[in-house]
Amino acid sequence: MLANAANNETCSTNIGNSSSRLCNQKMVKEEQELANRPDNTAFTQQRLPAWQPMLSAGIVIPGFVLIGLAFIGIGVALFVTSRSIQVLELDYTGLEQNSPCFKCTYPNVSNCVCDLDFSIDSLFKGTVFFYYGLSNYFQNFRKYGVSKDDVQLSGDLTNFKSPSDTCSPYVYDRNNQPIVPCGSIANSMFNDTFQLFQKINGTKTLVPFDGKGIAWWTDYNIKYRNPSVTPLKNAFNSTVKPIFWSKPAYELDTSDPANNGFINQNFLVWMRRAALPNFRKLYGRIDEGVYAQGLPAGSYSLAITYNYPVLSFGGRKKVVFSNVSWMGGKNEFLGIAYLVIGSLCVLMSIVMLIVYAKFKFPEED
Amino acid sequence: MSRQRADSDGSLEPDDEVMPYSDDETDDELDVSSEGEPEPPVAGALHPPADARPSEMAWKVKANDRPYHHLPEFKKKVFLCIKKSRYSGNAIKTYKYNVLTFLPLNLYEQFKRVANLYFLVLLILQIIPDIATLPWYTTLIPLVVVLGVTGIKDLVDDLARHRMDKEINSRKCEVLLDGRFQESKWRNIQVGDVVRMKKNDFIPADILLLSSSNPNSLCYVETAELDGETNLKFKLGLRVTDERLQEERQLAEFNALIECEEPNNRLDKFVGTMLYEGKRYPLDLDNMLLRGCKIRNTEVSHGLVIFAGADTKIMKNGGKTRFKRTKIDELMNYMVYSIFVLLILVAAGLAIGHTYWYEAIGSKAWYLFDGKNQNSSYRGFLMFWGYIIALNTMVPISLYVSVEVIRLGQSKFINWDLQMYFLEKDTPAKARTTTLNEQLGQIEYIFSDKTGTLTQNVMQFKKCTIAGRSYGEPTTAAGLVLERGRPVDWSWNQYADRSFQFVDHSLVECIRSGKDKDANEFFKLLSLCHTVMVEHKDDGLVYQAASPDEGALVTAARNFGYVFLSRTQDTITIKEMEEERTYEMLALLDFNSDRKRMSIILKFPDGRIRLYCKGADTVIYERLSPKSKHKETTQTALDIFANATLRTLCLCYKDLSADEYEAWSKLHQEAQVAMSDRDAALDRMYEQIESNLMLIGATAIEDKLQDGVPETIAKLAKADIKIWVLTGDKKETAENIGYSCSLLTDNMQIHYGEDVNEKLKVRQARRRLEPATFRQGTKKPAEAFFPEPGKNALIITGGWLNEILYEKKKKRRRLRLRRLGKRPPPSNPQDCQPMDDSEKEMRQIDFVDMACECEAVICCRVTPKQKGNVVSLVKKYKKAVTLSIGDGANDVNMIKTADIGVGISGQEGMQAVMSSDYAFAQFRYLERLLLVHGRWSYIRMCKFLRYFFFKNFAFTLVHFWYSFFSGFSSQVAYEDWFITLYNLCYSSLPVLLVGLLDQDVNDKLSLKFPKLYLPGQQGALFNYRNFFISLFHGIFVSLVIFFIPYGAFLQTMGQDGEAPSDYQSFAIVTASSLIFTVNLQISLETSYWTFVNCFAVLGSIAIYFGIMFDIHSAGIHVIFPSVFTFTGAASNALRQPYLWLTIILTVGISLLPVICIQFLHKSIWPSVGDKVQRNRKKYEMELLQEEKKKAPAFERGRRSRRSAYAFSHSRGYADLISSGRSIRRRPAARGVFQESIREVPQTAAENI
Repeated sequence: MLANAANNETCSTNIGNSSSRLCNQKMVKEEQELANRPDNTAFTQQRLPAWQPMLSAGIVIPGFVLIGLAFIGIGVALFVTSRSIQVLELDYTGLEQNSPCFKCTYPNVSNCVCDLDFSIDSLFKGTVFFYYGLSNYFQNFRKYGVSKDDVQLSGDLTNFKSPSDTCSPYVYDRNNQPIVPCGSIANSMFNDTFQLFQKINGTKTLVPFDGKGIAWWTDYNIKYRNPSVTPLKNAFNSTVKPIFWSKPAYELDTSDPANNGFINQNFLVWMRRAALPNFRKLYGRIDEGVYAQGLPAGSYSLAITYNYPVLSFGGRKKVVFSNVSWMGGKNEFLGIAYLVIGSLCVLMSIVMLIVYAKFKFPEED
Repeated sequence: MSRQRADSDGSLEPDDEVMPYSDDETDDELDVSSEGEPEPPVAGALHPPADARPSEMAWKVKANDRPYHHLPEFKKKVFLCIKKSRYSGNAIKTYKYNVLTFLPLNLYEQFKRVANLYFLVLLILQIIPDIATLPWYTTLIPLVVVLGVTGIKDLVDDLARHRMDKEINSRKCEVLLDGRFQESKWRNIQVGDVVRMKKNDFIPADILLLSSSNPNSLCYVETAELDGETNLKFKLGLRVTDERLQEERQLAEFNALIECEEPNNRLDKFVGTMLYEGKRYPLDLDNMLLRGCKIRNTEVSHGLVIFAGADTKIMKNGGKTRFKRTKIDELMNYMVYSIFVLLILVAAGLAIGHTYWYEAIGSKAWYLFDGKNQNSSYRGFLMFWGYIIALNTMVPISLYVSVEVIRLGQSKFINWDLQMYFLEKDTPAKARTTTLNEQLGQIEYIFSDKTGTLTQNVMQFKKCTIAGRSYGEPTTAAGLVLERGRPVDWSWNQYADRSFQFVDHSLVECIRSGKDKDANEFFKLLSLCHTVMVEHKDDGLVYQAASPDEGALVTAARNFGYVFLSRTQDTITIKEMEEERTYEMLALLDFNSDRKRMSIILKFPDGRIRLYCKGADTVIYERLSPKSKHKETTQTALDIFANATLRTLCLCYKDLSADEYEAWSKLHQEAQVAMSDRDAALDRMYEQIESNLMLIGATAIEDKLQDGVPETIAKLAKADIKIWVLTGDKKETAENIGYSCSLLTDNMQIHYGEDVNEKLKVRQARRRLEPATFRQGTKKPAEAFFPEPGKNALIITGGWLNEILYEKKKKRRRLRLRRLGKRPPPSNPQDCQPMDDSEKEMRQIDFVDMACECEAVICCRVTPKQKGNVVSLVKKYKKAVTLSIGDGANDVNMIKTADIGVGISGQEGMQAVMSSDYAFAQFRYLERLLLVHGRWSYIRMCKFLRYFFFKNFAFTLVHFWYSFFSGFSSQVAYEDWFITLYNLCYSSLPVLLVGLLDQDVNDKLSLKFPKLYLPGQQGALFNYRNFFISLFHGIFVSLVIFFIPYGAFLQTMGQDGEAPSDYQSFAIVTASSLIFTVNLQISLETSYWTFVNCFAVLGSIAIYFGIMFDIHSAGIHVIFPSVFTFTGAASNALRQPYLWLTIILTVGISLLPVICIQFLHKSIWPSVGDKVQRNRKKYEMELLQEEKKKAPAFERGRRSRRSAYAFSHSRGYADLISSGRSIRRRPAARGVFQESIREVPQTAAENI
């Protein structure tokens, strides 16, 4: 290697024409002779230019302080924002005797409607979102989660006739008629309905829920499609509605024909299954007329059509009113977590500083 | 050498000079040979050898008769009833697969791996609908990729083997077919063919030499590929074939039947007979040309193929290489098993959880009704399998393939390293095995061969002392001593060997002036007293010497004007300066290891008779005449030479009167024909004449060390690597080399076989006396064998080794005792014979313990087998990682036994290289191989494994936490596609690059601080502790990754009021957090950031988002609605700032504590590596400055007096010379000479 280098040097110093040709020949010859010689590149010699960072005190300690301060900042912002959000949660499971929905929890009661009265002390600002919530409800149970037919739900008529096996046990009914939409998720769709009334001087004024656009745009427009058959009802010929349903899919919303079949908003919301056993799902927005600016203070009454059984498995049902901020709904966890971690960072930077000072690296080989 | 050696005959003590019995000799063979001992080999060719038992002679070959070998009696069953000739064709096949068998065979091989099989089983489990918790593609895609990568690698390897085979099989050779020689490819040669080979041809098969163009059918071969020895060997054709088979016609009619032993792997043995025209002729190895050798100096030679192809000795020797595994490999396997166990435990726990949950909640939840009437325990059982599938990623599927890729890369880096490339021979380093690299970073013991490994096996005439005056230091012609001399110009001497270098001009002046009688006598002796053979080539003389020392001496004489020109059976012709003279050789008293000297008695042209003798100083001084001058001065010079680790020989002469010689000659002849104890009688005769010698001077030869050997050894010693030298050489030579390569130093106490035996005996006796305490005390550290402070070294010979380790064959011992008329002594506590196997084992442990207490161990006079045994002893009892390095066939055993075998390549020999794992050209490259490549590979591999386990734990255990919130339903926390691609695309590239490129400190610092090597030896960077740290790290990160999003999702809603707390958003948040965490974590662990690393880390994250958005896009859902179900999830989830804040927090909590702990750990308990790393900049500056200043030349310290002498261990060519067969005759004298030689009877031939 050295010899070759030296050769190249002598070659480069010879400027004369003839000598440089000689040089070239010599080099060619040498290359042939040294056929096995490895390439001298930065990569093959493992000399790639590199940055070799070290976790030195000069980086780590200030880094921790900065990260800590940043986290505290974010934490404060989140915490303050979260505090400013108004949330009203009402449980209407009817487990307790004094609950207005207690009457609906008897077996054999059907079409039971219960009224839930509540009052709001101050203005519920902004668009108010109305959610229903279930707890101890395992929508994330694996077998439940796979019990649907995505092809059917994307409007493929062949899967209307023969739904996929994944829908088990709700593929066919007893008469061997295919169930559309098939599967456990669809079958167990939440079917309580709500009507909110504001009580002003004893008269009830309906507070309208805007049930449109409560599902993801992608679900409504892409993932779930009705078959392109008009009227929609015809597509469902020789199929049956899910066993627990009271109305077939094409009659979910009698008021709005576009809100039926697989693209019914409530259906879409239900089908987007929750990650955790306690969850909320959006039912409607209150953003119309006088209520566009929020729910004024006053007393309200919520008329609930109590259909959905949860007591058997120890579940609970609730409704939630909430407004939102830039960070979404109220959740103090994140703010507090940021604050804690940020403070810990600052604390640890102090600890590290002390340790660093104490064990200042003795200079030795 | 003041030690008095026990007489080899009478005593039972091992003889330091002789090698123990041959390698492969078994007890049986010993038995046979000693039983039939006194029987001399049957002279004459008429009778078959008496011991030729039929079983050994089962191999029959008929010349020029191809159909003969296909007779039914030579068929063997191959498969069912298909029969095949038992004679292999000459085509060799080393490849494994062909077009048809590649797929099935390769798959079969790959599924023999537990991990691959595991994934196959998983795949099958996933087909069962009841337990299929993950779709099939999550396992199939990674498995196919893994199998594919491995398969492609195997394919490339096999293609190379195909090419190699084809190249070899297509070599050309001349075969006698249809009565004339025709060119044929090697693969078409068959047993029984007569072939013709030309000069410098490779020998295509194992061939019986019939005749050659040289007189007496002598044929020189170079056996370098077989045994690594570069000096030529000669083979002789039988006299009968030599006489009758010179012409093509004669050869075509040749129809002998050869009966010989079955094919075997012994390179040192061949027995057979040739039945030719009704007579039987014995055949032995001297008649055989073995495949792999090369024909030299012989224009044409003819031979008969005996063994072809796979039956040849070289092929029988190769092949079955033991599959070596690294410590890390084993550890890794155990860890994978641990993970299996963990997986089963976790799955079982979760399955029980499911049983209880179903009992309490699931069975009551109407919406979970699945139409199956299964009780909760059965559901739990199914869930167990479901979890086995869901958590399968805990066993990292891509682990093995990644490890292989990394090792391949490391091997390439070794191959590419210019600093291990030997320019002179154009030999790069070569990693022949790609699976052992990280083991190079854990070596504790190095076993090195001497000749050709530590030394160059080049002897150089360096210095001499003539009549009390020393020469050899650089001087001017006038004799002024210079600091640095320019070499002597030999242009005045037309015969001079140009490569010979000498710096003392005064000696040349002295010789050329002819004034100094002693100096002339000195070189005359060198040119006369030897057994070198000469060959005249176009461009001068070529000397063939049995030992390189002799060659060096004769070459020196040649350059100084005393040119050895030719020899015949009884004359030697030299050219003394300008004058050619022929001396009559009266007797040649050859060298052997007991005599340590050789003499020659010559009759000068003027009628004087003189004996010249050269030999070791110890033996010569005993035999010097009292009148001899210069004794003291020569002794002083010898001391100086020995201190410079030169090998010395004393030269002396003695004038004999004619009567004196006549009297001795008579006695000598009697001794030669003595029936009993001929050797002893001859020895006595030699002793008698070699007395009253007159000293001329002494020569000093440098056994040239390879470049940089002492420095390398010193460096390696600093890295706590112990170096043992195992050599077949003599004790003195080995010890000498030990000093010259600074393995031994003056402050070392050297222990020899006797002391060792004594110490071991004492310990054993004590153990026998108090067995109980010793047995109980086995756990406490054994007390030191060398309690005195100071360094110790052990020099032990093969004989002692056997004695100490009880390896000695008992039968042989008994026989020897019987022959000596002694009864075997009864066993008593003082006796060193073992009582049982456990005692033998204790003895071995003791020996290894003792040897390991020493700084240096030199085993000399050891056989190849013992070399292997020593290595395995250390491996077995020290549980240490061993490396063997050697260059010749005698090192093959230890190279194969050691954890890592290194072959010195670029020399002619290939045997060591072929069985080695790494090969390079110079010993000094070992330093770089271990301290740089080994260390890097180890650190990289450990980093890789630690991180790899961590990343899969962090990834998989999230499912575990999620189980507690999903009814233990084996619901996975991520999208299926993410699970499929996580190990393949999202997290593997950065860690793979760390495994390939990472350097904590650069190569220069690695070499500067050998202490950095220690963590590797201790296995400190990857062990169960590290594994559990990885496990806990993984558990911690998975906890964070699950519970921070859990907290965030407990009650929330999106910016636009939509509830983002759905499963798909959750999966995206956890997956994104995981990707950020693992990629940033590997960034923290990367200490060598090249642009590729940057690219890989950023690329992995980018690929993650890229693929995720693709999979979540509308288009792909429309095409496969049931496969890609996360449509729109990414875009919907990731536009929420809230979720981004969650991801940031998760990543922060995952990383910050780790940084903090690392920082504190490095501050409080810094390792050597940390310290070097911290001061990296400073040290690099220092190195730069050091490089600018030239390092001072290596200085040899003062050493105590040692003796050495210059003969290597093989006997000279004296037999050949005296038999007269090989000597080139002058063409004119040819006819006459041939007659005279032929007619000399066997016994008289020795009468010189």
